Amino acid sequence: MNRLALFVPLALFIGLSLVLLLGLDKDPTELPSALVGEPFPAFNLPSLEDEQSTFTEQDLKGDVLLVNVWATWCFACRIEHPMLNELSQQGVKIVGLNYKDQRAGAKAWLVERGNPYQFNIFDAQGSLGIDLGVYGAPETYLVDAEGIIRHRRVGVVDERVWNAEFRALYEQLTGAEQ
Amino acid sequence: MRLMALFTLFLSSLVVASTEVVEFSDESLRPRFQQLVEELRCPKCQNQNLADSNSPISQDLRREIQRMLEQQMTDQQIKDYLKSRYSEFILYRPEVNKSTWLLWGSPAVILLLGLLIAMRHNRQKPLATASSSASAADQQRLAALLDDEVNQQ
Repeated sequence: MNRLALFVPLALFIGLSLVLLLGLDKDPTELPSALVGEPFPAFNLPSLEDEQSTFTEQDLKGDVLLVNVWATWCFACRIEHPMLNELSQQGVKIVGLNYKDQRAGAKAWLVERGNPYQFNIFDAQGSLGIDLGVYGAPETYLVDAEGIIRHRRVGVVDERVWNAEFRALYEQLTGAEQ
Repeated sequence: MRLMALFTLFLSSLVVASTEVVEFSDESLRPRFQQLVEELRCPKCQNQNLADSNSPISQDLRREIQRMLEQQMTDQQIKDYLKSRYSEFILYRPEVNKSTWLLWGSPAVILLLGLLIAMRHNRQKPLATASSSASAADQQRLAALLDDEVNQQ
């Protein structure tokens, strides 16, 4: 018998171990994004602050900005909020998408915790949420001046995530704009 | 006893509350709805389909599917609609494309491999018996050795 053939099971074992080892680093709860590189979905929804006025996807064009999906029932949003305040102070433009929430409670939240948003879209039914493929708040989208989604983060944006995923792309997009 | 009855009543009301009634204008849509919610995956939960999951997003998506069925959309159109939003993750039965051909093809490849190995194995068998009968000298030696062993004890 060929002696090398004896090593086939060992080689198979090592190969399988490597594949499984690579899999360990992946987060199974993270879905591949279907919308990166696509235009922000069309919508026509009221403002959170002012019931009478509405916003459409046209209101997102003209500037590089973050669209942040949040709600008062979302616990992780509480953790994320100070970071958004800080980004806003640094001059990053953030638009809020208030997702399946109560208007009064959401307004109180902004008074209590500070308002980092340029304006807030009020999506009570979650219809824009479905068009965006939102499956859990918070979610954050980086949208360029043409209204194209350039990056998506599901989960909290903190210092580490901002530096690792957003900063370089944000600076590149805003730099190209000037 | 009365407490028991009250408790049972309470339980049964819970069961009723968790099942939502889906109304269709045309009953023929119901089996298609059932098939779709069983084949589509809840984006929030890892291992549940839309039929099993009680998460708010699954409830929303069930309502969306019902709405699309009422709008006479085909099953494929509904799946494409959801795929363009939630990516291929949402399909429990993935489509054949360049990232899934290995997944779809591997059962056939493994079956073929197994057949090949079985065929080779069968062809080698008569050879093996021939070689063992050919070495009659070896067998005599073996018998002699065994005898020695027995004698020594």
